[in-house]
This record gives sequence, structure tokens and C-alpha cells, in this order.
Amino acid sequence: MGKEGVIYRVAGPVVTAVGISPRMYDVILVGKEQLMGEVIKIVGDKTVIQVYEDTSGVRPGEKVVDTGQPLVAELGPGLLGSVYDGIQRPLPVLMEKMGDFIERGVTAPGLDHNLKWPFTPVVKQGDKVTEGQIIGTVPERAITHKVMVPPGINGTVDMIKAGEFTVDEIVAVIDGKEVRMMQKWAVRRGRPFAKKTAPDEPLITGQRVCDTLFPLTKGGTAAIPGGFGTGKTVTQQQLAKWSDAEIVVYIGCGERGNEMTEVLTSFPELKDPRSGKPLMNRTVLIANTSNMPVAAREASVYTGMTIAEYFRDMGLNVSLMADSTSRWAEAMREISSRLEEMPGEEGYPAYLSARLSEFYERAGSVVALSGTPGSISVVGAVSPPGGDLSEPVTQNTLRIVRVFWALDTKLRERRHFPAINWLTSYSLYSGQLDGWYKKNVAEDFPEMRNWAIGLLQKEAELQEIVQLVGSDALPDEQKLTLEITRMIREIFLQQNAYHPVDTYSPMSRQYTYLKLINRFASHAAKAVENEVSVEAIANMDLRNRLAKSKFEDNIEDILKDIADTMDKEFEALGGK
Amino acid sequence: MTSKEYRSITQIAGPLVFVEKTEPVGYNELAVVTLPDGSERMGQVLDSSDDIVVIQMFEGTSGIPRTAGARFLGETMKMPVSKDMLGRILSGSGKPLDGGPAIVPEDRLEIGGAAINPWARDNPSEFIQTGISTIDGMNTLVRGQKLPIFSASGLPHNEIALQIARQAKVLGGSEDFAVVFAAMGITNEEAQYFMRDFERTGALKRAVVFLNLADDPAIERIITPKLALTTAEYLAFTLDMHVLVILTDLTNYCEALRQIGAAREEVPGRRGYPGYMYTDLAGIYERAGRIKEKKGSITQIPILSMPGEDITHPIPDLTGYITEGQIVAKRELLRAGIYPPIDVGSSLSRLMNEGIGKGRTREDHKAVSDQCYAAYAEGRDLRGLVAIVGKEALSDRDRNFLEFADEFEKRIVQQGRDEDRTIEGTLDLMWELLGSLDERQLTRIDRKYIEIYHPKYRKKD
Ligand SMILES: Nc1ncnc2c1ncn2[C@@H]1O[C@H](COP(=O)(O)OP(=O)(O)OP(=O)(O)O)[C@@H](O)[C@H]1O
Ligand SMILES: [Mg+2]
Repeated sequence: MGKEGVIYRVAGPVVTAVGISPRMYDVILVGKEQLMGEVIKIVGDKTVIQVYEDTSGVRPGEKVVDTGQPLVAELGPGLLGSVYDGIQRPLPVLMEKMGDFIERGVTAPGLDHNLKWPFTPVVKQGDKVTEGQIIGTVPERAITHKVMVPPGINGTVDMIKAGEFTVDEIVAVIDGKEVRMMQKWAVRRGRPFAKKTAPDEPLITGQRVCDTLFPLTKGGTAAIPGGFGTGKTVTQQQLAKWSDAEIVVYIGCGERGNEMTEVLTSFPELKDPRSGKPLMNRTVLIANTSNMPVAAREASVYTGMTIAEYFRDMGLNVSLMADSTSRWAEAMREISSRLEEMPGEEGYPAYLSARLSEFYERAGSVVALSGTPGSISVVGAVSPPGGDLSEPVTQNTLRIVRVFWALDTKLRERRHFPAINWLTSYSLYSGQLDGWYKKNVAEDFPEMRNWAIGLLQKEAELQEIVQLVGSDALPDEQKLTLEITRMIREIFLQQNAYHPVDTYSPMSRQYTYLKLINRFASHAAKAVENEVSVEAIANMDLRNRLAKSKFEDNIEDILKDIADTMDKEFEALGGK
Repeated sequence: MTSKEYRSITQIAGPLVFVEKTEPVGYNELAVVTLPDGSERMGQVLDSSDDIVVIQMFEGTSGIPRTAGARFLGETMKMPVSKDMLGRILSGSGKPLDGGPAIVPEDRLEIGGAAINPWARDNPSEFIQTGISTIDGMNTLVRGQKLPIFSASGLPHNEIALQIARQAKVLGGSEDFAVVFAAMGITNEEAQYFMRDFERTGALKRAVVFLNLADDPAIERIITPKLALTTAEYLAFTLDMHVLVILTDLTNYCEALRQIGAAREEVPGRRGYPGYMYTDLAGIYERAGRIKEKKGSITQIPILSMPGEDITHPIPDLTGYITEGQIVAKRELLRAGIYPPIDVGSSLSRLMNEGIGKGRTREDHKAVSDQCYAAYAEGRDLRGLVAIVGKEALSDRDRNFLEFADEFEKRIVQQGRDEDRTIEGTLDLMWELLGSLDERQLTRIDRKYIEIYHPKYRKKD
């Protein structure tokens, strides 16, 4: 059979063709307009294709062309700062070609093939190189881009040259094979690496509740489930902005157009707190919004992951955000139901769980083929229907990920942000990171954290009693516990993403706050013993200053002043 | 047009007609079914193969026999649009209902509406003053936002929508604006209520009205919002107008969607609604926004009634996952005699931060609204406790918050149906209430704002 066939049936994004015999997941060009699609099922002589663009007007009898290639991402200099749709078409290029609205039938390569980049070799003719090895560098925005030997090529460098090249031009010949700065990689396959290692360093996010209570590692996996409006997107954007990864891949998977615009307008203006360069310089954005084709939505997470792996292979720490994995799962469900597959739980295909774990398995901290360590941390938002976490996507995700930041509608209704529920969330990494925190933050950091968690748990029990008898009926000691946990919640856990100072809290400051609240608590306990009323303690000016310090520009000075005057102010309270 | 008529209908089920042995027909193409009496019905191709073509009829299938003929028009559905549509009343499928002339089109546009390229979007950030404190002060609306009203039967969502439509303005702006109103399955009486108000205020001249009423075919509702939004896009992005789109009631739209799904024997999702309902609704709601270098904008206020007042029901749930917040009406407030019965706790405007602050509303806006939220939430929690232990068991602090919550509902939430409050007025009112709390409880407000706006310090100057 030849490379061309004809359409037999069109039903929404699913097109059936006859007369071709492609491989699964090969790209097929469909119809007169050559819309891109991917083979998702083969039955007898019929090939079922999911099409990445709107199929309105496409008819049976029109031509299809088998490209013989799977869906690939273009990898090379020029990725950083880019904004793509789910199949790596740059949105600015699409706009140039078709205007403000996304029409169809337009292709555009992921990388700019005309732009020249300065390439400096780091190996020379005659050197023996292996796949994944770094053979040259290109300065690109926030990083030094490493050009690597494409997977599958090993041997002697026959030729390599310095100079200005496009990503398409040959910069080296290795073992008789031409090597360009650009690699192509099939997005559904993980890129190879030497070995996986255990993640042992936290991904510092500047978000107090995350870093201190429920830390994620570089190379770790986390899920943020929560009903609508609980703060999944804001949390992920905060991580994208402030986490200490070198590269951020942000996938807007079936979410809002305006949210993408917000990232696009704010990121170029925000500065990376470490490098001082615009955040956009280290970011790759994939925006396949809810009203863009579902098949491209399904592909978007793979496109993003492949880009993340490419940077990991250079020896960088990458963090990947997917908002929302539920929309991805729904895209799978939609396509599966058009295929009339036997549905599993709630109509999701039976392979939902397998796909989710395959995806999260591509995260991790590794030794790359080049021998350098690199990592991908993955943070997936989950949007459970009705906020009910017992649904299949949440449940299947929880079986895989190691950090669970549970967002809570009740907290959001009282504007406690981030609305991460401190009683139900967890991090399976926190024990193994204690060593790091002791060494890099403070010896008693784990102790302080456990103190805060313990107290918060006690508060939950006390609250139940309060609901029955009112807080006035409690003994002073317990009233004080409620007062201290109120401080932990309001001063430490609440963090306003929109406040210029509060939005990012360095690790050292997080510790200072915990420590100050802890000191306050011991002083207060003594004062209560000496018959000072809890109300008097709660009304201390010191407490008020501590509460507001997080919004002040000269926050460090204020904290120092509070530390210096605490003893005295408690003394002034008197007591017996 | 010489499109061939087929007499090979093999099956009619629900809103669907199945036709055999046709020449190739395009997906989504328009179809016309001719009844024996010569009357015609429009439909759209849902599935097309060499063997069979499935047509979804817009106006239902009642009265269609197997002997009817089917033609395919070779193009997808387009909507004739023109500036002259302003002031017109059209049916749910776009036919004039007001006895006026046919629309002379300036253009014909695909009703499906392509997605706005996210790169082309402009950040919505222009504050719209609705004159309603719970919205302006606590859940600010901006131009280009989609902010639905979650309501329930018997609640005054129509009044709220109309009050917004009447009072909405951009401070200092006097640009061209228009209202596109699309009714889906509402009663004639409700529709009259809207029409009378549009006439009374002269808004009708600036409005395009699409009416699919309760007794109109349910399936027609599937296209009504698409027609309305296609019109809105033309007004906004070709004619540079600021368009407010009111869609009511999305619940009826979703019921129609469910009906089609059932007729197609699809695997249903939650509560029988199709699994693709999220994507389908996104195709409506995402047609709001601003585009760089275009003057106009589309702001959407969809109204939906929550079945059983359950916010986790798939219709409000999926809507909330797509829209940029929600305004929630609650019966308990109405019962307490409060209009508008907007529950600020469960309401939210996600674009609020973009639209408020210095140069937009006022520098203290964010802090004041955060503080009011926190205080109101705290006071409301205490109500439950008071019911058990009585007011006496509360500390002074708690009693303060309890009173705050009551006052908040009486003075901030409650306002007249024609009361148009300025944003300054709303913020000052909020400060007045906050002034009743111990200053130390104002933990969310920067010192500098307290010194400027707190009633205690204000009196001095
Ligand atoms: N850390 C935070 N600081 C301040 N405000 C926040 C924070 N997190 C969330 N919010 C508020 O909550 C709103 C909703 O958050 P967000 O859009 O992230 O919700 P979401 O969970 O992504 O919802 P959806 O599932 O509908 O997309 C924001 O617009 C903002 O007002
Ligand atoms: Mg979100």
C-alpha cells in the first residue's frame, strides 16, 4: 500500500481513513487542507486518526498522506521564551500567518530555522564521543545551551566547526552522520539517560507552606488537586516564578486564554530572584487552551515533557507545571469515547492510570548520558469534579506522586491563601530532606517544623470542642494554643501571591518567622503561668508588628527589631 | 444551488436524522430536511462516512417522516452580521421576530468561532463599575472578563443582570458599547421582563436580542449562544464596540446538550451529561476577552440556575472551572430580606487584582476587600456557635466580629435595585464597618492605608 489513502469517516476530531498502512502514532496529513493528525488505532484496513485541528467541512473521499514519522518536537537553541500550542507550533508565528484567531491548516516549525546562533565546539576532530555527550555550547538567554550528540550516535568526530549557524545547518559530522544544533524527538517516548538517582535536594519555591511543611524535591512529583477557584493556577504560577529551577516548562493544558496572557505579560517583567534576569528567559510556555482542539491538548503534556527532558539532559534542573492534568485526562476520555472503546471508571479509558504513571515516571533526578546530573520536577494540577477527591484522576495521581498539596474550598472562602489544607496535605520527601535543611537552613529546622505541625493538629482537636462550648470555656493554656496557631496560620501559612514583598519568602526568612513565633509561644506560656491573660498577649503590639512585618519593605529590619525587643516586651506584660 | 436531494433517511431518533448513501458530505456542514408539506428544517452534520451521515436537527425532529428529503449545503453554518442588528429582536436561530426587515449582511461569519490565539489576547484590566458593592468592592468585574451568576430558581438573578447592564460603566470612558442578550429556554414572562427593561431604559437601541423561549425547540438552544457570540465578536472586533453579553439560562443549554448525547447513545459522563461538556462550554465562555490592538471587548455574564442549589452539580462546576470567577446568589440571604442576595464568600473574581488599585479604583482596595472577607467569614462562623452557646459565651473580640457580619450584610450587601454606588462610596462604606473593629484586628491592611482611610484618622482632617 502506498503513502496516500482516502478518508472514510469524519466524526469530530476523529477521522477514519483507508488505503494507508501506517504505524501507531505516526503523523498523517488529513484532507485537502492537510490537517495534522496522529494514528491512534488501527483496525483491519482502517486507520483511526486524531486530528489536531478543527475538522469542519472535511469530507469522506478526501486524501490523507502518511508521513511515516511520529509526532516530534524540535529541540535546540530558541526554545527558551517560546510560546507554543500543544503540538509545538509557535503562537506568535501562527498569529503572523493567520491573524488574531487560530484558523487551521497552517504549519510552523517549533524552532526558528533562519536565526543564526554562535556555536562553540567543546570537542575536536578525532575525539571519540558517545550519545548525549556535549559537543558544543551556544549562549541562549538565561543559560549556556549545550549542544549534545543526538541519541543513537556514537563514534569519532569527523568534523566540527565553530561559527554562526542556523539550527538546521551542519555543525559536526560524527561517525559519518551529520549533526545539527537541532534534534528531533518523538514526544511520546522518554529521552534516554544514564541512570535515575534519588532526589535529595528540595526545590525551594519561596512559598512558606510548601517549603517548610510539605517540601518537593528537585526531581520530585507533586499534585495540586482542588475545586475551581481554590488556587491551583496561582500556586503553579508562583512555583514557575520563584522556584529555584533553572528552566521552567509551563503547560496550560485545556485552561483559560486569559491566564496564558497573564503569564505572557507578567513573566517578561518579573526578575528571577537569583539571576536577576527576566523570568521569561528561563521559561517555555505551552498554551493549548480549553477551546483549542482536544487532540492537541492531549499531545501538549508530551510536548512539554520532551522539552523538559532535553534541558535535563544538558544537566539542568527543570520544573514542569501542568495545569490541568484533568483536562488532559478528559481529552483522552473524549477521544476514547469517539473510538467507542469500552469505558472504565466514569467514562475514562481503562488506560488512564497507565498514562498518568508513564507521564510522572518521566520526572526524576538523573545522571544524564553526558554524565552530569539533571532533574525534572513535575507539579500537576488536578481539577476534580465537584471538588470531590474520590474521582479517578485524583485517585490515580495520588498513587504516583509523592507530594500532595490539597487545596480546600473552605479555606479559599475565607481567603486563606494559599488554600493548602495543612491537615490533609503531605510530603513523602520531608524525612529524607531533614539533613539538607539542617545543613543549609538551621540545625533545629526540622524540630521547628514538627512543632508547628503538631500544634496545628492540636488546634484542629480544640476547634471541635470550641464548636460545642465556645472558646471562653477553655482553660487558658488551650486558649493560648489557639492564639499561637492563629499566628502560625495568619503570619506563616497565609501568603499573598499578589503582594510584592510577601509573594516570595526566602528559606532563611521562613525559618526566622517560625523561630520567632516559637519564641513568642514559649514566652507566652510562661506569662500565662504567671497569670497574664491570653487576651493581653494577643493584643501585644509585638504580635501585631510581627503579623504585619511580612508586608513591609524593610522586613528584615523589623524582624530583627522584633527579635531584639521580644524579651523586654514580655517582661513589660508583668504578671505575678 | 443545485445540491442533490436524498430520499434515503433510514432512522430518526431524538434530534438526529440518519441518511444513507450520499455523496461525500463534510463534517459540520449544514443540511436541510424537506418535509412532505414543503416546509424546511435546518440541521448540521455530526458524523459523516461513506455509509451514513448523521444530521442533528436544530429545530427538533417532530413531524419529520422517513419520506422526507435531505440536502446538504456544502458549507458550515454562517451568520449574517451587520451594524443594523443593533435594536433587533431575533429568534434563537437568528430569524427576525420583530417584524422588521431581513438583516442585510455586511459579512457572513462562521458561528463556531475560532479560538483567539492566546498570544493575541490582551490582559483584561479595565475596571467596570457596576454600582453594586458586592461586585465592585469584593468581586470586581473587568472588561473582557467572563463572570457568571450562579443562581437558582426563584432568586433575582435577572434583576441583578439587568442592574449590571443598566449601571455598568468604565470610569472616564464614553466609548461605544452594546449589549447582546441571548435567552435559552427561559419563559416568555422572563423574556418580557428583560425586554421591558431594555425598552424602559433605551438600552434596546444598543442591543441585539436572541430569544429561544421555553416552548421553542430545545435543540435550537445549542446554536443560540453561538449566534449571539458571533454577533458580539463582529461588534467588538470589527466595529470596535465594548460588548456586554448576557446569556441566560445556561442550564437549559446543557440540558439540550445532554439530550443530544443521549440520542447519539454516547457514554454519558457525570449525571448523564456528555463527557465533552467542559470543552463545549469552554467554546462559549472563552469567546470573551480583549485582543491587542483592537479597541472593542467582549465581557460575558452568563446566568445559570444551579439544580437543587448544588454548586457541585456539573453545570455550575464545569462553568466555574472555565470562567474567571462567579457571583453566587444564595436563598438564605434573600430570605433575610437582602437584595442582591450575593454571597461574597463563595463568589470570586479572578481578574479583580488586574482591575483594582492605584489608578484603577483606589490604592487601598485590595487590602480593604481582603480584610472585609476575613472579618465577614469569621463573623459568619461565629453565628453557628452562638446558636449553641449563646452570645454571652463569646469574647468581646468575637462579639465584635459577629456584629460586623450582620452589619456587612445590612449595609454593604444590601442595596436598592436602582442604587448605583460609586466605587469610592463602596470603599468608604467598607472602611466605616472596619472602623468598628479593634484596629489591631486589621492585620491585612498596611499601616499607611489605615492612616489615610480609617475613619478614626480621617475625622482629623
Ligand atoms: N496565594 C494566593 N494569594 C492570593 N490570592 C490567591 C492565592 N491563591 C489563590 N488566590 C486567589 O484565588 C483565585 C483563584 O485561584 P486560581 O485561579 O489559581 O484557582 P484554580 O484552582 O486554578 O481554579 P480553576 O480550577 O478554576 O482554574 C485567584 O484569582 C486569587 O484571587
Ligand atoms: Mg486554574
